[in-house]
Amino acid sequence: MRYSRNMNMLTHEENNKLKTFKVAVIGCGGLGGYVIEMLARIGIGQLLCFDGDVFDQSNWNRQLLSSEDNLGLSKAHAAALRVKSINSDIEVHAYDVKLTEENSNLLEGCNIVVDAVDHVDTKIMLQGICERLDMPLIYGAIAGWYGQVATILPGDRLLDFVYKSKKTIEKDLGNPSFTPATIASIQVAEAIKVLLNKGDILSNKLLFVDLLNHDYEMIEF
Amino acid sequence: MHIEVRLFATLRKGRFKRETFEYESSTPAHILSQLNIPHEDVAILLVNGRDGSFDQPLNDGDTVSIFPPVGGG
Repeated sequence: MRYSRNMNMLTHEENNKLKTFKVAVIGCGGLGGYVIEMLARIGIGQLLCFDGDVFDQSNWNRQLLSSEDNLGLSKAHAAALRVKSINSDIEVHAYDVKLTEENSNLLEGCNIVVDAVDHVDTKIMLQGICERLDMPLIYGAIAGWYGQVATILPGDRLLDFVYKSKKTIEKDLGNPSFTPATIASIQVAEAIKVLLNKGDILSNKLLFVDLLNHDYEMIEF
Repeated sequence: MHIEVRLFATLRKGRFKRETFEYESSTPAHILSQLNIPHEDVAILLVNGRDGSFDQPLNDGDTVSIFPPVGGG
């Protein structure tokens, strides 16, 4: 019954298969909160939630896991509590640390990694870690009305083309509630398709989204 | 020669979305300089929809697309 509305876009076999996968979400803020929510609801078996930060009031405008009741709480722990309240069948692990090269062994055994971090340098580090561990990385980034998504398979090194400059604009533009939700949704759709080997994925492609002017550009690399 | 320039997101502010310019010769760096766009504001630079470089010579009919860095989460 829990997954009845996942049918028929997924077969019973595909939905059951989702329970066998282990997915890491790096960052439990704007993108990560929505990504974790959607992965939990669709029924991924194991979720690893990483974030070294705690909630403050500036998170309330967009971060799904933040509330007036959990100021100061670890974002990773809030993610685990949310997952358990949605779907107690899921094995969830909270890591209230920043992911680094040194602790990247925590990702071993994952089928896929979702990028929900808010620094370009960390995104590029994640690309390197996932390449070394031979794991697909579902990349997402947001700034104001704008966002972009790609699926980076090991060795693709897409971010080398995407960040000729590492100076980012989201500090000037902020982030509203709807841009992370939009980009996170596309990231989760990508993750499910990669896991189930289904449909077309954004491999060696970047989808650029401009919600202000409704410009949706597919860039091929 | 004619070069089409397409700007995205914040780079459009005070400029344009899509325009065609006429040059005797040009490179993406030359166009950026004319539009007063610092290189550090450019994250993705495409020539005819493919990854390009700042100093590559452009040909008649080329399209240059320029995107700013989007890196939040």
